[in-house]
Amino acid sequence: MKLAARTKAAALGARLIEAGAVPVDPAILQPAETLLDLYGEDIRARAYVTSDPGRGEMMLRPDFTVPVVQMHMARGASPARYTYAGEVFRRQEDHPERESEFLQVGFELFDGRDPAAADAEVFSVLSALLQGYRLRAVTGDIGILMAVVQGIEISDQRRAALMRHLWRPRRFRALLDRFSGKTPVPPSRAALLAQADPMAEIGTVTGLRTRSEIAARVAALQADAAEGPMEQAQLALIDAVLGVRESCEFALQHLRDIAVDLPSLGAAVDRFEARLQALAARGVDVASLEFEASFGRTSMEYYDGFVFGLLSQDRPDLPPLATGGRYDALTQRLGQGRQVPAVGGIVRPDLLLALESGS
Amino acid sequence: MTVKLGVPSKGRLMEKTFDWFATHGITLARAGSEREYAGAVDGIEGVALVLLSAGEIPRELASGRIHLGVTGSDLVQEKLVQWDQKVEPLAELGFGHADLIVAVPSAWVDVDTLDDLDAAAAAFRQRHGHRLRIATKYHRLVRDYLRTGGVADYRLVDSQGATEGTVANLTAEAVADITSTGETLRANHLKILSEEPVLRSQATLFRSRVADLSEKDRRVLRGLCDRIEV
Repeated sequence: MKLAARTKAAALGARLIEAGAVPVDPAILQPAETLLDLYGEDIRARAYVTSDPGRGEMMLRPDFTVPVVQMHMARGASPARYTYAGEVFRRQEDHPERESEFLQVGFELFDGRDPAAADAEVFSVLSALLQGYRLRAVTGDIGILMAVVQGIEISDQRRAALMRHLWRPRRFRALLDRFSGKTPVPPSRAALLAQADPMAEIGTVTGLRTRSEIAARVAALQADAAEGPMEQAQLALIDAVLGVRESCEFALQHLRDIAVDLPSLGAAVDRFEARLQALAARGVDVASLEFEASFGRTSMEYYDGFVFGLLSQDRPDLPPLATGGRYDALTQRLGQGRQVPAVGGIVRPDLLLALESGS
Repeated sequence: MTVKLGVPSKGRLMEKTFDWFATHGITLARAGSEREYAGAVDGIEGVALVLLSAGEIPRELASGRIHLGVTGSDLVQEKLVQWDQKVEPLAELGFGHADLIVAVPSAWVDVDTLDDLDAAAAAFRQRHGHRLRIATKYHRLVRDYLRTGGVADYRLVDSQGATEGTVANLTAEAVADITSTGETLRANHLKILSEEPVLRSQATLFRSRVADLSEKDRRVLRGLCDRIEV
């Protein structure tokens, strides 16, 4: 089975090379620090960590995107197309029945000249690899969600908190509930805010977090309380966008309607429209292509624009056969100040084989 | 074959376990000297006592080398992935109570909930350039708890002992540890968050779901369960 998947991966990779991609082969062992900085402690529950006496903590690569971006940012010239094929490793603490080691074949495109065309290229190149399988394609756009949060009328403090948790839907909702007053203020905070000088009795300060940092957060809490509950109309705008779930064509109209009340959404919707045109130019039927505004929020949190997944119609129980998206901000974080707009995706050859053998 | 019962090999946990079985008419005792880790069982046939470190008992149960074992539920849940498929809790023994909690410096008047901790962690990372460190030895349980609670921008640092001291020593900003009374925390100027604890733990008798049992062992185990009323 493993050998068959490898053969399959090589065949898929060859077609990506034909499509103009340069093969790359990042190391399996990656410095843990980079991944921890990007994903936080949660990555430890998903990736295997090992240690090297000289190089410190290392991780078995949980995906290829991060090392490919690092490689491109260090010495690649844009535009560039890369392909790779190899194992990724995922701890499956909660789902031991899932694979902890599987193959990915990937395609990454670094090109800032025409983002809509680049999005459409990655989508159609990966779709073409899966021709012959009965697919259900789902798309989304994290950029639209970010534009909503950037555009609604709330304090910058609340806005920053929402942006930070955009990729954690449950926490995002909890923040909205608190900002809108649906969740009552916790008693301990009410008590703190009722004090004339909350800093008066803090006692001995231990540890690295200083008195001035504590005072700054107390001031932030006071400002938040003074701001009062978020307006229902603003909350309704967020919910309206999160609730968009229809064909791309209808979604576009729907988002245009919402943008009437939220002009800041306009530019993101323009980008969405340009992408649809680019997809149509490549022969994608955008009238039937699905769009879900909240799609891709729970995946790895570097996607910040177009996102997509290609699922099997016959086997809805399988994970997506292919997934991908745009990750402009990741190139900035790993590029030491430089940024190259980039989009990419992966196909899982093991799942294609499972479909073919009916297992 | 015999039914093997694993019991912590020293201290209060061992004595209290012996007392608990004694109330059910089963006498457990160390065999021979204080240093010998073999035991004697009186009052029931076909059961052998194995004295082990409390920390090893979860693994021994999960591998099926012992059939029954007494240890803290915290240790079982931290050390065994999908613990409930490997062991079954038969009885809570009513001692060894301890909560696994998250504690922060008591001077942090602005931090009382996980929501606060998350906000403080975000600001801390911006200011100090590294994530807020939480010292613990219960990595899996604490990580799951913080993820469910929506806390980001922290990192766990390993601490196998004297965890409460890490904050004053500037090797962590907060701790997640077992506490029974909270006195050590107070002495170290730390306070417990007003949230449900990560885990409420007590000494518990577990049955291995994977250990082999002969027909005779099964009868012994049923007899033992009747005696201890589970």
